[in-house]
Amino acid sequence: MSIVLEVKNLTIGVRGAALPPPVNDVSFSIEAGETLCIVGESGSGKSLSSLAIMGLLDRHALRVDAGDITVDGQNILAASSEKLRRMRASTMSMVFQEPMTALNPVERVGSQIEEVLRVHGERSSRRRRARVMEMLDAVHLPEPERIYRSYPHQLSGGQRQRIVICMALILNPKMLIADEPTTALDVTTQKQILALIQEMKDRFNTAVLFITHDFGVVSEIADRIAVMNRGKLVEVGSRDDVLSYPKTDYTRMLVLSVPSLVPRESTSEFGEVVLSVKGLTKTFSSGGFLQKSRSVDAVKAADLELRRNEILGIVGESGSGKTTLARCLARLIAPSKGVINLKGVNISDLRERDLRPHRKNIQVVFQDPFRSLNARMRIKNIITEGLTNYGVSRREGYKKAAELMHLVGLDEAMLDRFPHQFSGGQRQRICIARALALEPDVLVADEAVSALDVSVQRQVLDLLDDIRAKRSIAVLFITHDLRVAGRICDRIMVMKDGDIVEAGTSSQVLGAPHHAYTRQLIASAPGRHWDFENFRPFPVAPGEDISIDTQQ
Amino acid sequence: MTHIPDPHVRPPSRMRLFVLHARGNWPVTVSIVILLLLVLMAVFAPLLGTVDPTHINPVARMMGPTAENWFGTDPLGRDIYSRVLYGARTSLVIGVVAAGASLVLGLGIGVIAGYFRLADMIIMRIMDGIMSVPSIVLAVALVAVSGSNMGTVLVAIIVPEFPRVVRLVRGVILNLRSEPFVEAAISLGTPLPSLLWRHMIPNTTAPLIIQGSFILASAILTEAALSFLGVGLPANVPSWGNIMSEGRTYFQLLPGMIFFPGIVLALTVLSINLIGDALRDILDPKLGGRV
Repeated sequence: MSIVLEVKNLTIGVRGAALPPPVNDVSFSIEAGETLCIVGESGSGKSLSSLAIMGLLDRHALRVDAGDITVDGQNILAASSEKLRRMRASTMSMVFQEPMTALNPVERVGSQIEEVLRVHGERSSRRRRARVMEMLDAVHLPEPERIYRSYPHQLSGGQRQRIVICMALILNPKMLIADEPTTALDVTTQKQILALIQEMKDRFNTAVLFITHDFGVVSEIADRIAVMNRGKLVEVGSRDDVLSYPKTDYTRMLVLSVPSLVPRESTSEFGEVVLSVKGLTKTFSSGGFLQKSRSVDAVKAADLELRRNEILGIVGESGSGKTTLARCLARLIAPSKGVINLKGVNISDLRERDLRPHRKNIQVVFQDPFRSLNARMRIKNIITEGLTNYGVSRREGYKKAAELMHLVGLDEAMLDRFPHQFSGGQRQRICIARALALEPDVLVADEAVSALDVSVQRQVLDLLDDIRAKRSIAVLFITHDLRVAGRICDRIMVMKDGDIVEAGTSSQVLGAPHHAYTRQLIASAPGRHWDFENFRPFPVAPGEDISIDTQQ
Repeated sequence: MTHIPDPHVRPPSRMRLFVLHARGNWPVTVSIVILLLLVLMAVFAPLLGTVDPTHINPVARMMGPTAENWFGTDPLGRDIYSRVLYGARTSLVIGVVAAGASLVLGLGIGVIAGYFRLADMIIMRIMDGIMSVPSIVLAVALVAVSGSNMGTVLVAIIVPEFPRVVRLVRGVILNLRSEPFVEAAISLGTPLPSLLWRHMIPNTTAPLIIQGSFILASAILTEAALSFLGVGLPANVPSWGNIMSEGRTYFQLLPGMIFFPGIVLALTVLSINLIGDALRDILDPKLGGRV
């Protein structure tokens, strides 16, 4: 086999700042027809390495200090920008995370793909069109004629990513760099795109450099794995070696942090019902004055019960209505119909003034730790805001804030700091502390760990579990990730298009799902064949014994 | 100009950012110096070799620059140098008061429009209406009703200007409403006044500072234009517009009456605009970050 990409001792430095190099002495190589996964947490330098290979580094901010990059025998670092331009798409191409921003929103996708051929010298428009059609067919897009004439917004996320892949591969490059290409997609779509990349690799004998943070995805597609941490290459090896016998503590910790699709054994004793919901419906309508009004049922007659000391997971893909449900429960929006019984009081149609005494019983932790704290306030004032709202004195509040900081594993000396001085995981801990300050009975965690790195994710999940035990609080855990839900939830509800399609204990839902959609979700969960916690493949993957039909 | 406040940028570092920016950018440095000089001149006008700017001296009419009258005298024998210096006072007072009043009015109404859906519809339609009134037409009408004075000029400038601030603030508040930290505050039971005061209004300061600088410049310009057209300040008040207005007919004999106030006016507005641009580069995360 021939080596397509060779990176030797690559070091990338930051211009005009005495910072440690974001990429430090990194070497790896990829052969034709091979997939190398670079795995690492945010800030590990994995994306920068790939940009350097494409010759796309921001020259004003970064520079290559040392090393060599050779693609198909060509020295990239010495190449002129004209030569690099010619090599892109024809020798090496790239697929990014967000397909919407990678496409021009005001041009039909067909002509965008054709443009790649045109700038690389294909004169005949008939041949260009024929080649595009052939390629659209190769990436399994239905009705290529219609797709050719579509604008990006008329396609689904998965279809857009197929277009991007089609564009990247149309000149049959020797190497494809895929930078988190499925992170923005739903799991069922992710599975299809991963399969497509595999298929294309085999068909065109392409070398694939796949960048991801998700070991589940890695276990699905990697031939070899390179683990990066803080700019350094920690470990390189074949997939099974790295996943089964990680050589370094860092890799071991990363692999161990990946939730496998194994439901937790529910050992906790549940208390009384603190939240019960009946027939909750939320209808969004648009239009109105002078326009045709359209309405969408985001949540359709949802019922649920949540008991003290219980963690209930609500799992669904984007657009399933899970977040709308959570926002209704926390009364951030008013439900259209239904009853929300919070500790014996129906809060579904209370007016803001009457609602205030009950707000403290239900608190929310949001997804984005960077936007959920007011940047202008000190941590102590953020945590005590709720307490002061309910008339607790400032001194008492600060005392409580110090206790809460200990509870969430932070130092009380940090109370005087501002949010920007904390990392994402620490901020999420602060959000949890803030939510707990009012001693709520129900904590709603809306994708609370989705924006975090796996290792941090695991810590925050453990923290939530710990708090549940210490405070005997009820937690409503909303997530798109079945694996995460399996790790922490006692019961799981699956939502699809506003309906709750399945509900049961975690072991029921994950072990013996009734609904076809649940089965499809389980089958799509990346890395379900691998038992990360025990560093080995599952003899029988969870959910494997069920007959699954994933073809849609 | 829609401005989405960046919650990661903390305000205390902004002043330092501005100093850094100004140091690396000579037009901004020069602008700051000019503006400072102008403010000092306006404040210390009586100590800078001026005479009473309204003092009429029939003996020394329409003279070119002399050792006594540095910029010469006008057809009534008033000292042009003194009138230009005192005119700076007028311009700055008009500018600062107009900008301040527009910001305060705009912030108050904009917050209401941004937070309350129902009020939004009504308020914004009214604002659209007000914005369609040109300040000069309004000034002519006001002068016809109540005579020309400082009040009419201010009203004529503020009325067409503040709806722009309303729009700006409304946009920022609308964006902030869906920010998680605001929703978190709501679920913590934060009463509406402190929700607005603690979590929302502080995030409007950056766009308001920028908008304020542009209103300041345009108010000074509008006052000069109104006075020049004779619907601004009374003729005896020293104002750059008035001086130029009187000098118009004598331009060939006394070009200084147009040039001296004209140059000072242009420099002032240019400096304020340059500083405003610099502020926007720093405070607006979409354009900033290149410091």
